[in-house]
Amino acid sequence: MELVCPAGNLPSLKAAIGAGADAVYIGFKDATNARSFAGLNFSDGKAQKALQLAHDKGTKLFVAINTYPQANTWERWQRAADQAVDLGADAIIAAEIAVLDYLSNKYPHVNLHLSVQGSATNREALAFYADNFGIKRAVLPRVLSMAQLRHLGKNTPVELEVFGYGSLCIMVEGRCYLSSYLTDQSPNTGGVCSPAKDVQWKTTAQGQETHLNGVLIDRFTEQEKAGYPTLCKGRFQANGHVYHALEEPTSLNTLDLLPELLQMDVRAIKIEGRQRSPAYIAEVAGIWRQAIDLAKQGGTADNPAWAQSLAQLSEGNLTTLGAYHRSWQ
Amino acid sequence: MQITLGPNPFFWPKHKLIDFYQAMAKQPLDRIYLGETVCSKRREMRTQDWIDLAMLMKEQGKQVVLSTLTLLEAASELKTLSRLCQQNEFLVEANDMGAVQLLSSGHKPFVSGPAINIYNGRSLRKLQSLGLRRWVMPVELAAGGLHNTLAQAQAISDLALPETEVFAYGKLPLAYAARCFTARHRNLAKDDCGFCCIDYPQGIEISSQDGTELFIMNGIQTLSAKTYDLIGELAKMQQLGVTAVRISPTQLDMADTIERFSKAIAGESVANSNIPLTDVTGACNGYWFGKPGMDQVST
Repeated sequence: MELVCPAGNLPSLKAAIGAGADAVYIGFKDATNARSFAGLNFSDGKAQKALQLAHDKGTKLFVAINTYPQANTWERWQRAADQAVDLGADAIIAAEIAVLDYLSNKYPHVNLHLSVQGSATNREALAFYADNFGIKRAVLPRVLSMAQLRHLGKNTPVELEVFGYGSLCIMVEGRCYLSSYLTDQSPNTGGVCSPAKDVQWKTTAQGQETHLNGVLIDRFTEQEKAGYPTLCKGRFQANGHVYHALEEPTSLNTLDLLPELLQMDVRAIKIEGRQRSPAYIAEVAGIWRQAIDLAKQGGTADNPAWAQSLAQLSEGNLTTLGAYHRSWQ
Repeated sequence: MQITLGPNPFFWPKHKLIDFYQAMAKQPLDRIYLGETVCSKRREMRTQDWIDLAMLMKEQGKQVVLSTLTLLEAASELKTLSRLCQQNEFLVEANDMGAVQLLSSGHKPFVSGPAINIYNGRSLRKLQSLGLRRWVMPVELAAGGLHNTLAQAQAISDLALPETEVFAYGKLPLAYAARCFTARHRNLAKDDCGFCCIDYPQGIEISSQDGTELFIMNGIQTLSAKTYDLIGELAKMQQLGVTAVRISPTQLDMADTIERFSKAIAGESVANSNIPLTDVTGACNGYWFGKPGMDQVST
């Protein structure tokens, strides 16, 4: 089982490698990847440096080109695909049919992983991408329960990678247009959800408010810590009740499930967070490295210190097993 | 230009649903999409019931397409999908790549639903080579994006373009989750939901704390609170080569909406607004203009 860690810049990449990542994934400096944030990601030169640093330590480097090109922006995605191949990335993580088609035709030997944005949640969808584009691995959306994952594991035509830790998307990835409904960007079209350019923080008589393109997402009392207005994690009204109608601000943490995931032959655990700091990545990757090594020797990840550290690093200091645990659903 | 009735996103009692479609059969609709696209636990209508209803609609002169579930997780859901994809009587609308796989490997033509992500001409041509005959463009694609997609498709191949259908009226399907928001709203576990969606024939509105209507929870699906309405854009659509406009069921009586689209297509003047009086949340058309979906651009 591989530990796949995120890096938004060279210091984070070094942190991930130092903490024992088997693979690090990066994106180029534009909307061709799903963390298209200002100040993040890799220019050509930095990507080459990243590859060298990774390979020097025996770590793989994956490049994510996992957003959806529009007809008039196709050339940029095509160039990113060529760039990733020229770079010698160990895998390219792609989501969109035209990108996958281009890569599989022009570079038949390239190692393709289906991004979580490809939105494949079942055997037939995985077979579609395997038959048509020869993907070797798929990153699964965070929607399957453990029982469903176990079943899929027995029938899958490709290797499976699942999310272990980090921000929790509660909607099936690649098919969520909530962000572009409130703003003009979504993960598919703009490589970003709830874009920072549309965020406003306001102090009002009712408390600290967060807005997204003028829409009130949440309101906090003095005792509460105001969080980033990711729109599915706001407090809204429904039938007169104000509550987190879709999801609480919380992070996914599947450390407890690790022995089971290992037993199911899940090939890789993905840590979310290319937007996170090097210190965060070093700490999270370090814990998961130890936990995977222990699980491979038959141990459990039942370590209160790890649980506490991961909880402190998470959104709202809360973690959840998410959809893996049926009661969350 | 054709008018189609999209699959009903809501969970209605079987007798009401049958009455609804009986009424729809008398409407000037060219095509009706039937099937459960949101939640496999909604079993008022079994697969055979949908097929029987499809036969009934066909006998009344309607083109019928069977729509598949959008988010497929359980093995039982794949079985139902397989049954729909194996039947030969009706065309199928694929709402997941799993359906595309079953249909293309079975050499069957298909329609791609709005949750199949086609944002450019290359993807459109690739899926066409696998059997796509019509695509319902993703809701977040703008008129400009549609134009560019079709132009790119034409630039890379001389083949006739597949038919284009545009989601033109109704609550926008925006997201799907493992979690059931309606059950959670009722403090029920998803596995013990009591099929409570049936109590909300138009879903449950979610608004901001200061009263702006935002979304509708509809089981595991999230819809827009506003009604997407492109009735003012039919001429533009015709120019772009759109084959059909899709009206999505929002309530039991859709006759007024269908009539107004029908008149607008025939060139009769209709007011730009098409919102029945029962819908107080207003209209939006932002996506079509490349703006936030919730925006209403005046034309």
